[in-house]
Amino acid sequence: MAVEKLINCQQDSRLPLTVTKSDSKLYMTFITFAFISLFIGGFMGLLQVLVRSGHFTLPAGIDYYQVLTVHGVILGLVLTTYFIVGFQYALMGKTVGISDTQRRVGWIGFWVMTIGTILAAITVLYGKASVLYTFYAPLQAHPAFYIGLALVIVGSWIACFVNWRQLYVWKQKHPGEKSPLLAFMVVINMIMWFIATLGVAATVLLQFIPWSLGYTATIDVLLSRTLFWYFGHPLVYFWLLPAYMAWYAIIPKIIGGKIFSDSLARLAFVLFLFFSIPVGLHHQLTEPGLDTTWKFIQTVLTFMVVIPSLMTAFSMFATFEITGSKKGYGGLFGWLKHLPWKDVRFLAPFVGMLAFIPGGAGGLINASYQLNSVIHNTIWVTGHFHLTVATTVILTFFGITYWLVPHLTGRKLTKSMNRLGIIQTIFWAVGMTIMSGAMHIQGLLGGPRRSAYSEYNGSEQVAEWGAYQMAQAIGGSILFIAIILILYIFIQLTFFAPKGKEEFPIAEEEENAEPTPMWLEKWKVWVSITVILILFAYTIPIVVVIQHAPPGSPPFAWPIGNN
Amino acid sequence: MHLHKYEKWWLIFGVGALITFLIVLGFGAFYIGTHPQSHGITIDPENIEAEEAFKPENLGLTKVDEGQYVLNVVATAFNYDLGKDEDGNPVKHIQIPKGSTVLIQATTPDVVHGFNIAGTNANMMIEPGYISSMEVTLNTSGEFTLLCNEYCGVGHHMMYATVEVTE
Repeated sequence: MAVEKLINCQQDSRLPLTVTKSDSKLYMTFITFAFISLFIGGFMGLLQVLVRSGHFTLPAGIDYYQVLTVHGVILGLVLTTYFIVGFQYALMGKTVGISDTQRRVGWIGFWVMTIGTILAAITVLYGKASVLYTFYAPLQAHPAFYIGLALVIVGSWIACFVNWRQLYVWKQKHPGEKSPLLAFMVVINMIMWFIATLGVAATVLLQFIPWSLGYTATIDVLLSRTLFWYFGHPLVYFWLLPAYMAWYAIIPKIIGGKIFSDSLARLAFVLFLFFSIPVGLHHQLTEPGLDTTWKFIQTVLTFMVVIPSLMTAFSMFATFEITGSKKGYGGLFGWLKHLPWKDVRFLAPFVGMLAFIPGGAGGLINASYQLNSVIHNTIWVTGHFHLTVATTVILTFFGITYWLVPHLTGRKLTKSMNRLGIIQTIFWAVGMTIMSGAMHIQGLLGGPRRSAYSEYNGSEQVAEWGAYQMAQAIGGSILFIAIILILYIFIQLTFFAPKGKEEFPIAEEEENAEPTPMWLEKWKVWVSITVILILFAYTIPIVVVIQHAPPGSPPFAWPIGNN
Repeated sequence: MHLHKYEKWWLIFGVGALITFLIVLGFGAFYIGTHPQSHGITIDPENIEAEEAFKPENLGLTKVDEGQYVLNVVATAFNYDLGKDEDGNPVKHIQIPKGSTVLIQATTPDVVHGFNIAGTNANMMIEPGYISSMEVTLNTSGEFTLLCNEYCGVGHHMMYATVEVTE
């Protein structure tokens, strides 16, 4: 006869759920796709820094901008989306569960995204879509490129619907209970993603596809740019929030502590939902067709994310300090000693957090209205997002990989893999400091982004940039070594590491923690406020753009070699 | 919801700094009048010469008064048209005396371009259908590179001219 308590305990779905083989196959497929993308995109990045050093030319007539398009699309759109969708499925599966139907729909999403990616990839490889990941009109790529992008978006929407359904089903089974923190965060991120991608879907489906197929003769360039950047800024928060999920709810467990404040974490995510979208105009500050008043209003809204960012920073260091003093490490900085520096699951995300200090400060500069003219479209901006997404976000994703992949494949993160991971993190930090630092400085000196090697007019000013481009080549090469290391670790953890059980670390609240207020679960209110803020920030600018539109632009395919 | 005492201080300090920062930005924008370019003046990209400023004979640098210049530019893939010199060769080098103000007016008949006198605040997007315009005062002498900083195609990095600020 079974112990009754034990049965109850096992049926309590608030416990971390187990991941079945078929579940982990879905999650691992997404994550594997992300790592393949990392290799391809990283290799393109290596080619770019080598070309820009001035000592290397691409063989076989390959165009620099074709390489740059692959780099941006595959790292900015493919790697991130696949990893995030896979990671979020794992979080949902672990906290609220996944049904067979949900998993099957999840696979449909994977295939829709993947067909789209392959379609877009073919056009880029044939040199028919060297338009970079922003695909600004009126440069015209092959229609299949835009159709491919649309499919990637639609595929990711399927993941949104599944994640929402997963929490909905759980809530039906647990009336009156607060949703698990990680599930709450995933659903917030997917709401933001869905609302944000409506903009890019609108421009791709209604403007680019008919225009590239020849059904419409011209395109409204400014409208397409405005819709793109309506999506383009929340895109970066879509990358960042999964990293924050790990910081808030997973890192505390790894360091042997508890969640600092469940309700504060939720509030921060709600604020990110509000202030990620109605802010896209700060990417368009130097454009001629938009009104200064609305540029300024959206600048102010942009800076509101400072508040949840400060809350996040406080929570992180509070967790570290509280955990340290509980373990008996006193003094002002004693808590620093207790942190598990030799555990790569902690070290990699921690280095990511550190990178976010200069990364965030650079972001403030970029968005600050007047100062934007100093750095707009200089390689400073490239340096900036290589700190934020390519260090903060990606090192956190690596930190997740070290435990998530062996957990899903039924293996162990061995000591030697852990050590290799630490070396990888150091390589990444060093390589990025050199590369991103050189980009920042060269940008302040006026060096442009998104440009192949050029001596321009041969002036002293341009010659001065050469040393920084050489530094970028050195930093970029170190980063490529780090990419090889993480791929080796990924392959080991997937196929070869010894069998065993790796923990899926989910932090808990303090036993005497204050209960989380239920108003934080008022989804309809949060979505309504988000929509109202967007309508406020965008209605007039978009109406003006449409009403005062100049004659539209015909397609230009020849400048990108798409003849 | 409970907020830790230190967290309250931290947020009060942070939000206070944020408000101060935004006031500085607003002061700069609306009192001093430092805005990024935003004119919203449209033009037919297929007929830019309908606008006097972009007729071939009016392109390039024109002195309108002592220390005051107008610089009319047509950006095309992959060239800045700054007019022609006396021999009929395209101008690729312009000289402006230090301290003068220059009204830059630019447009394009084809794709999106950038206009950046590298290392200065003269930085704007040029988009088909719109006239980009800003006034700058050049206070540092030396040779500056005018370059395209928005991707416009395979020859994007070959699109440049030289702006020399003379003593």
